[in-house]
Amino acid sequence: MPLIEDGRPAEDSWTSIPDGEPVPGDIPAIISFERWQAERDSFAGRNTKLGVRLKGGTLAPAIADDLDRFALVAVEFPKFRDGRGFSTARELRERYGYEGEIRAVGHVIPDQYLFLKRTGFTSVEAPEGTNLESWANALSEVSVVYQPGIAKDDPNPLINRWLKPQAAQG
Amino acid sequence: MNAPAFRADSGIPGSGIFGSEPDSNAGIYRYDDLDRRFVAERVEQFSNQVARRLSGELTEEEFKPLRLMNGLYLQLHAYMLRIAVPYGVLTTTQFRKLSEIGRKYDKGYGHFTTRQNLQFNWIRLEDTPAILGELAEVDMHALQTSGNCVRNVTTDQFVGASADEIVDGRVYAEILRQWTIAHPEFTYLPRKFKIAIMGSDSDRAAIRTHDVGVIAKRNEAGEIGFTFYVGGGLGRSPFVGKLVREWVPEQDFAAYLEAILRVYNQYGRRDNIYKARIKILVHQLGIDKFKAEVEAEFDRLPRPKFTLAHEIVEGIRARFAMPPLETLPADSTTFESHKAGNAEFARWATVNLAAHKTPGYAIVSVSLKPAGGIPGDITSEQMDTLTDLADRYSFGEIRVTHAQNLVLAHVRKDDLFDLWRQLDAIGLATANIGLIGDIIACPGLDYCALANARSIPLAQAISARFADPARQQAIGELGIKISGCINACGHHHVGHIGILGVDKRGEERYQITIGGDATLTTAIGDIIGPAVTEEEAVDAIDTMVEVYLANRTDGERFIDTIRRIGHGPFKEKIYAAD
Amino acid sequence: MNFRAITGNRLRDGAVVFYNNDAGWVERLNDASLYEDKATAETILAAAKAQAEKERLAVDVYAFEVQVEDGSRVPVTMRDRIRSLGPSVRTDLGKQAAA
Repeated sequence: MPLIEDGRPAEDSWTSIPDGEPVPGDIPAIISFERWQAERDSFAGRNTKLGVRLKGGTLAPAIADDLDRFALVAVEFPKFRDGRGFSTARELRERYGYEGEIRAVGHVIPDQYLFLKRTGFTSVEAPEGTNLESWANALSEVSVVYQPGIAKDDPNPLINRWLKPQAAQG
Repeated sequence: MNAPAFRADSGIPGSGIFGSEPDSNAGIYRYDDLDRRFVAERVEQFSNQVARRLSGELTEEEFKPLRLMNGLYLQLHAYMLRIAVPYGVLTTTQFRKLSEIGRKYDKGYGHFTTRQNLQFNWIRLEDTPAILGELAEVDMHALQTSGNCVRNVTTDQFVGASADEIVDGRVYAEILRQWTIAHPEFTYLPRKFKIAIMGSDSDRAAIRTHDVGVIAKRNEAGEIGFTFYVGGGLGRSPFVGKLVREWVPEQDFAAYLEAILRVYNQYGRRDNIYKARIKILVHQLGIDKFKAEVEAEFDRLPRPKFTLAHEIVEGIRARFAMPPLETLPADSTTFESHKAGNAEFARWATVNLAAHKTPGYAIVSVSLKPAGGIPGDITSEQMDTLTDLADRYSFGEIRVTHAQNLVLAHVRKDDLFDLWRQLDAIGLATANIGLIGDIIACPGLDYCALANARSIPLAQAISARFADPARQQAIGELGIKISGCINACGHHHVGHIGILGVDKRGEERYQITIGGDATLTTAIGDIIGPAVTEEEAVDAIDTMVEVYLANRTDGERFIDTIRRIGHGPFKEKIYAAD
Repeated sequence: MNFRAITGNRLRDGAVVFYNNDAGWVERLNDASLYEDKATAETILAAAKAQAEKERLAVDVYAFEVQVEDGSRVPVTMRDRIRSLGPSVRTDLGKQAAA
C-alpha cells in the first residue's frame, strides 16, 4: 500500500506488527492500541521508534497520556465515510500538542486528502491499486479555503480576509 | 425595540454600489473573486470526480457521497439536482439562470423545498458539470445540499424586511455558510446536519425542528448574541430542540458551533443510520451531559483562531447591499382605493401581505399552491415573468420560504395592485398563504426513491376540495403538511394537521396527526387513528374543519381550538362512521 | 401470473432501464426479459448487476415482480409502476408520455 506524503509517494520507514507477533526492537514498529494497553510495560526500555494504531472508535483522549511514547499515531478510517479520524487528528495537534507523524490508514480516498492535511495528518497509507495521480491532484485542485485549518501550510482562510482593510471590491 | 438591521456606518451608500442592474441591491452576499475561485475549483473538482466515476476509477460506493456533496441524488426517474439558495434569498439574475437551466437541462419546471432550496428532477449525471459551471456564472452552486455534512442554513423568509425583526440573520447565516463549507473536520459527519437561524420573536424558520436552531438577539447594551437550541429533528424519531445556551456573544458564534459539531462528529453513532442524528445523541446523553461536553470543548478551543472578530462580521455585512427604500407615507391611497373596489384584490391583500418595517412598503408572499396544483412547483415561464416583476417592484430580489412559496420583500404599497394583477395573469396570485390551501408536501412516491406513498395527489385533492378562497379565509390559519415517508421532508410532525403516507400491504394509506406546531412553541402532532385511504383522508380533513368551526371561540385558530378542546372531538367524528 | 424483471438506473443519465437477455439494458418495460421463477431471476440478476457495475452502465440494479394481464405488463408495486411510467401527477412527462 503506497504511502503518500505531500501528494507524492514516499518511502515508508515503518512496519506494522500484527497483534501476537513479536515486535522487533531495532526497526520503527506500529502496534495496535489494544496491544499497547495490554503490554505497555514490555516497551519500557525500547529506544527505537514506536507507533500506535487507533481503531475508528478510539479517540484522541484515549492515547493522550502516552503521546510522548509514540513517534507516530496511525488513525484508522474503517470506512471513508466515517469522519471521526479528522477530529482525532485535530485534537492530537490542537488539544494535546502532538508533533509526531499522524498517518491516515484504512479506507480513504484522494478526495479527502486536503481535509486530511488540513486536520493535521502528515501522511496517508493509500489503498492498494490507488491512482497516485489523483492524490497529487487533490492538493492542487483547491487553492482557497474558508475556515482555519491546522496544517502549517494551510492557505490563509478566506473568512479572515476581512481582518485587513479592503483595498478594492472584488 | 427594533434596532436597524444594517448600521449607518456599515459602509453601504444605498444603491448601485455593485453595479447598475435592477438587482444590484438585492440582499444577498456579493461574491468577490476569491469566492468565485472557490466555486470554480469545486466545479472542476466535481467534473474530475464524474470523469473518474465514468471511467471506473471510483466505485458507486465511493462516488455517491461525493455526488451527494454536490447536491446530486439518484431518484426514481433520473438524477435530481438540489441547488443551494443560501438563506433563501436570490437575485433576479440568479432566478433567470435557474429558469434557463430548467429549460435547457430539465423539463421546464423546478420545485422549491422545505429548506429553501430548488430541485430539478430530470437531470443527467453527464450534464451536471456543465450545469454547475452555469450556476457558478451567477455565483450559485449545489454544494452540501445533501450528504452527511452541514446543509443549507435556512432563515426567515421576511428577513431584513419584517416589522418584527430584531436582528437581520443573513449576515450570520452567511458566516455559518462560509465557516461550514468544505470544512476539513466536519465533512464526514455521522449524518446530515441542518441549521436554522431567526432574528425576531416569531419563529418563521422552525428553529426547534433543526439539529441546531439559533436565535439572534440583542442584550441590554444592544450587543448581538445568540441562543442555541440543539437536537431538534423530525423523521423516524421526532424531537424538539433543547436549549443548550441562552447567550453566546457574537465573537464566540463560530467557536460554539465548532464545539457542537466536534462533540457530534466524535460521539454521534456510526453503526445505525436511523440513530445517527445529533438529536439521538442529545437524547441518549441527556441535555445536561451533552451541554457539559460542548462547554468543555468550547473552553478548549484556541482563541483567537476561533474568535469571530467583529471586523469579519462587518466585512461580510458590507458585502450585502441595502434596498434603496424611499421615504413614503405609511398608507397608500391607491392601495386603499383598489382594495375597496376589488374584492379579490382585497382578499389577496389581507391574506398574502405582511407588515414591512419601512412605512409605505409591504412584504408580498407569492403562493405556489394553486388549488389542485403541485405544491412548490413553478414553470420556467412563470419564473421568467416573476423575475421581471421582481426587477420592477422589489429591487431584483426574490426569496424562497420553507413553506415552498416565494416572497417579494420590498414592494411599495402603491404598486401592490399592479403587481397583483400581473401575478394573477401567470397563476401566482392564489390568496392562501398560511391557510388550508397552503399545503406543504414533499415530492413523495411520484419522484422520490425513499417514499412509501404518493403525497402530491393527496395535496391536490385537499386543495381542490377547499378551493373556494372565501371558505379558506373563513377557516383561517391552518397548516397541513404531508410527507410520503418517515423521513418527514414534508414536516408532517409539526403540521397543525400532519399526514404521513405509509405502505400498508402494498397499498397507499395515510396516517393523520393533529396539534403539531412549527413555531417556537414547537410541538409534535399526535396520531388520531389508523391510517386511511386518500379519499378518506380528504373527508377526514373536511370533518376536522367542521368540528373546529363548530367549536371555535372568537379569534381562535385551528391550532388554538385543538389545544383547548383536545383531540377527542376530532377523533370521534372522523372514526365515528366506522 | 407474476413474472420477474430486472431494472436499474442508467449511470450516465439516471434513466430507468430494464434488462433484456439479448439486447442488454433497454428503456421500455415491454422490451424487458421476463422470468418465470425466482431462481432464474436471481441468477440473471447477479450477472446483470456485475456486468452493469463493471461496464459502468447501470446502478441500483434489482429484480421486481410484474403481472401480465391481457398482454399488458403491470409492475406489482406502486413504486415500480411509477418507475416504469413516470410521475402519476405529470402524465405529460416520462416514459408514459413518449410515443
